[in-house]
Amino acid sequence: MSAAGPPQGANGSPTGGSAAANAASVGASIRLRLEARPEPSRLAGWLSPLVAALATLVVGFVLFSWLGKNPFTAFHAFFVKPIADFYGVSELLLKASPLILIATGLAVGYRANVWNIGAEGQLLVGALAGGGLALAFPETTSPLLLPAMIVAGALGGMAWAAIPAFLRTRFNANEILVSLMLVYVATHLLSWLVHGPWRDPEGFNFPQSKLFHEGALLPVLVEGARVNAGLFVALAVVAAGYLFMQRSLAGFQMRVAGLAPAAANYAGISSKRTVWMGLLIGGACAGVAGVQEAAGPVGQLLPTLSPGYGFAAIIVAFVGRLHPVGVVFAALLMSLLYLGGESAQLNLALPSAVTGLFQGTLLFFLLAADVLIHYRLRVVRSARTPVPVPKGA
Amino acid sequence: MDQFAQLIVLTLAAGTPLVYAALGELVTEKSGVLNLGVEGMMLVGAVASFAVAATTKSPWLGVGAGILAGAAVSMIFAALTLSLLSNQVATGLALSLFGVGLSAFVGLEYVSVVIEGIQPLAVPGLSDLPVVGKLLFAHNPLVYLSLALFAAVQWFLYRTRAGLVVRAVGESPQSAHAIGYPVIAIRYMAVLFGGACSGLAGAYLAVAYTPLWVEGMTSGRGWIALALVVFATWKPWRVLAGAYLFGGVTLAQFQAQALGLDMPSQFLSMLPYIATIVVLAIISRDATTIRLNAPASLGRPFHAGA
Repeated sequence: MSAAGPPQGANGSPTGGSAAANAASVGASIRLRLEARPEPSRLAGWLSPLVAALATLVVGFVLFSWLGKNPFTAFHAFFVKPIADFYGVSELLLKASPLILIATGLAVGYRANVWNIGAEGQLLVGALAGGGLALAFPETTSPLLLPAMIVAGALGGMAWAAIPAFLRTRFNANEILVSLMLVYVATHLLSWLVHGPWRDPEGFNFPQSKLFHEGALLPVLVEGARVNAGLFVALAVVAAGYLFMQRSLAGFQMRVAGLAPAAANYAGISSKRTVWMGLLIGGACAGVAGVQEAAGPVGQLLPTLSPGYGFAAIIVAFVGRLHPVGVVFAALLMSLLYLGGESAQLNLALPSAVTGLFQGTLLFFLLAADVLIHYRLRVVRSARTPVPVPKGA
Repeated sequence: MDQFAQLIVLTLAAGTPLVYAALGELVTEKSGVLNLGVEGMMLVGAVASFAVAATTKSPWLGVGAGILAGAAVSMIFAALTLSLLSNQVATGLALSLFGVGLSAFVGLEYVSVVIEGIQPLAVPGLSDLPVVGKLLFAHNPLVYLSLALFAAVQWFLYRTRAGLVVRAVGESPQSAHAIGYPVIAIRYMAVLFGGACSGLAGAYLAVAYTPLWVEGMTSGRGWIALALVVFATWKPWRVLAGAYLFGGVTLAQFQAQALGLDMPSQFLSMLPYIATIVVLAIISRDATTIRLNAPASLGRPFHAGA
């Protein structure tokens, strides 16, 4: 690091320099500069996910070509084929529904600067709580079982999220790290249960629980598809999330706490309550999503219960602008990426891991495009570089 | 006694990836940048090093590739947070998620490949000494290198002018900017260093410690390294101590099984994560100490025009 030199460093003038990348070469006096907007641009806010999605497609195009696939065939296999028929659309909704649920819950916390990134763990514990109930009552035909499972799932997720909330409010421990560590703990907990006490005795020693009985499975919406009543739960949560964030006092307080923590403090908004609410709501939603997976397409408890929904939902929350309605669209896009990955594996012999790659890329582009919400890009003919341009430069 | 020496050797070996990753992150954070992407950078470093080691049959070339790969992905983070002023928390998370995806994708064809890893380096003559020989002279070369890195970081941050500037940028970028230091450029360098160290940590896992490639093989060590920087209250020597403490906890699961402790392996595997949570809570309890030791501008974007 050559910063030890004289203070007038390589970046030129000590005052009023710009943080923006110096796009033009030194000789030309045109440069790009970021200029703070007086107010955040709403237009840029909604356009940026579209820009990010397009840019991700471009990367996909390049990647497919580079892997020696015809990009058009690959695109068709990835983005069109999976939803070309009714079953495909139902699968899209099936995979979108846990993402919608979790991301709506996470968005509430993120708005208040409460960074719960352990939704994957809360999902698993929710599934354990709800699934445990199903396994504990193998005979019952009571119509109350499913609602009870969903409540148990929500409580399980909340309990798991309460740990980082407690440690943050009582011991000032960073909730990002604690909630993430608990993902690993939950994974091992699930693994222990399905290897040990909850293992299906007739399961040929596979680490899995018994299959849930009919009364513990979410009813399928349409014959022949897997999409189930969980979709309605997710949509109800979206509506509740919207009302909570936009129309309730508590939601307003959470938004203030996120936008201006000092002002929130001054106004007497309890920061402890904000942390608790942010984490508990996120945990409850993730827990319900866990029950939906276990009592839906999976139908039992398995170590591979969730294909990383808890982490993908973080991306969904951001792409959806931390807004319940935006989250729905973002979840559909993310669900398509999951389906596309599976289809690419079947039809193109591409690894389905390409899904994770696209998810990360999408979030990167979104964050990059988001700069235009608070800043505008200015092309400056730099008047304050009095250095004469040498002839022929 | 010999068993004790063996335990120390294993602890150092298990703690080394944490030493690399946490020292790198420490320097990044000292400049005021919070990069939560350590886990992702480690994975990318691990897969790159393993792929190169498997292709070229040279684990040392693999280590070089791991360092470069970690540094390369850290530049995505730097460009977004430093030039485009994106939120550091969100961008760091993105880097972790991206690293998981990218490494899984690249690593698929290496999943059951076997390579010749970097072997422990026995210093001729000295390593045969009783007890001391094993304790001091028979480690993996990358373990020695991590100690050298620790000394270098300690010296750089507290004994050089450049280190002082890095810390000044982390404490008050406005002041550093006002007296003419290129804040953004310095932060780029600090992020780059952190990325290279994380890449090296991943490379150590993939070509020396295990040596093999498994999807998600860092299993949360990147996040533990982040927590370590907080435990260490941003002091290099405490990072070192913490890393070995956690190395020891990671080993506990094998030791307990060896001792015949009747406990499901899953509970023992939880130990490092639970220990992280507990220690984090204990250290963070004293909010004043954390506030006084944390770089004052940690996590805040810097825009000179503002």
